[in-house]
Amino acid sequence: MSTEQTVLGNETQEYFINMGPQHPSTHGVLRLLLTLDGEIIRKVEPHMGYIHRSIEKMCEKDSYQQIVHLTDRMDYLSCHINNEAVCLTVEMGLQLEIPERVKVIRTIISELTRLASHQLWWGVMGMDLGAITGFLYGFRDRELITDIFEETCGARLTMNYNVPGGLMFDIHPNFQKRTKEFLAYFKKKLPEYEELLTGNVIFEERTKGIGYISKEDVISYGVTGPSGRGSGFACDIRKLHPYSAYDRVEFKEILYNEGDSYARYMVRMDEMKESMHIIDQLIDNIPEGDYKAKTKAVIKLPAGEYYQRVETARGELGVYIISDNKKSPYRVKFRSPGFSNLSALDTMAKGCKIADLVAMMSTLDLVIPDIDR
Amino acid sequence: MRIIKNIGQYFGEIFHAIKSLLTGMKITGYYFFHPKEIVTQQYPENRDTLKMFDRFRGEVVLIHDSNNEHRCTGCSACELACPNGTIEIINKKEIDPETGKSTKAIDQFVYHLSMCTFCNLCIIACPTDAIKMAQTFEHSVFDRSKLTKVLNNPGSKLMPGIRE
Repeated sequence: MSTEQTVLGNETQEYFINMGPQHPSTHGVLRLLLTLDGEIIRKVEPHMGYIHRSIEKMCEKDSYQQIVHLTDRMDYLSCHINNEAVCLTVEMGLQLEIPERVKVIRTIISELTRLASHQLWWGVMGMDLGAITGFLYGFRDRELITDIFEETCGARLTMNYNVPGGLMFDIHPNFQKRTKEFLAYFKKKLPEYEELLTGNVIFEERTKGIGYISKEDVISYGVTGPSGRGSGFACDIRKLHPYSAYDRVEFKEILYNEGDSYARYMVRMDEMKESMHIIDQLIDNIPEGDYKAKTKAVIKLPAGEYYQRVETARGELGVYIISDNKKSPYRVKFRSPGFSNLSALDTMAKGCKIADLVAMMSTLDLVIPDIDR
Repeated sequence: MRIIKNIGQYFGEIFHAIKSLLTGMKITGYYFFHPKEIVTQQYPENRDTLKMFDRFRGEVVLIHDSNNEHRCTGCSACELACPNGTIEIINKKEIDPETGKSTKAIDQFVYHLSMCTFCNLCIIACPTDAIKMAQTFEHSVFDRSKLTKVLNNPGSKLMPGIRE
């Protein structure tokens, strides 16, 4: 026969395949160009930009109040925390004194957001590995948190509850009651999550030892949040640089040293308990006071550079504002956690199989609008 | 990949696997036999009883009272506060019949629902509390042009005493 066949013989040939942009397990429009050897992954190249909306550029024409609502659309699962990041940066520039009440309410809602985000992640993680049940259970419990948001903030997902200087309006009279009811309910339901997925033999086989990344790699790629803490990298901004009311609450920073998909999963499961512990400490101690500090109608930041970091459900979000003393910023840069976390995917996936890649991406908890912005 | 050393470990792992699967099945089985704990809403059927929260942001409306009077002075504060150009206020000159002075009044309060992000900034910006967020949420229409609305009723007037 032809010479080509005899040369190839039993050897294999590398080939390319596109995963996405329309792939259900990428959770959005992310295109991964995979170099494969049979089923084994040799290289993963993420191609982004499918939902780039130039949020950073749009910020340059908006006033500081208007920027806040754009950050809802970045990482939509931790939108309150994104809003808070921008507000904290602006407040730092104005050197505003924020009422204690605002700080506590912001912290409670941030932790509720983190809980809701992790619940959704848990459900979707099960779905990615073929278990539809988990998806429905995760959404069932998340619904109660979105109800709390809807009552107090006015929207379920893109809440836009923060304004520079405080909050848009005071908490709803039912807020404390509903939150306590939810906590009592969810403390009973969290063990169900553990029983359904954590100990499951299929789940353990597909996550333990898969997608390993070392602590050195995690630090050099800038992987933060639960994904970084799964490799033993202590990077919780709430501990390192406390903002809002995190300096007065007691909580543990969850660290696992295994660095595999299972470790990243366990970090998030334990973080849910810590989030509930934080809310427990604050919910009865909301100080009286104003819900907003007085600001001017047109905010002008003094010329200079301002940087503020917060811990979203996915990792460290940095907001960098350069101001030239006009009513809109000269330049805004968001250091989004998803972007850095995605960069580590290649190192994680080398040598694994395609089916494991889905599990890895799920434990990285990628939100594509956060990556593209 | 684990290496199986002896037959006891082999059967032990099979037993552990079956046990873990049954643990999960126990939960789903519990909900199968307790249908009262199911939390889904029968949405189109419960439209009559479905009540949204007071603060829910559905769409911007201009408040009119029973005399067909509103509180909007046409100051354009909402138009400036809006990040997306959702609100357009078209003013007209009006001559007061009693004093004979010409005053500014709104001709059309145009609201592009298709561009609105429901951020609530216009409601906060309004100095006379003329607009509010309504709790409607069924916004789908067959034609995009229907999403551009004029919020002031035909023939509506400014409520007396607002401008002062």
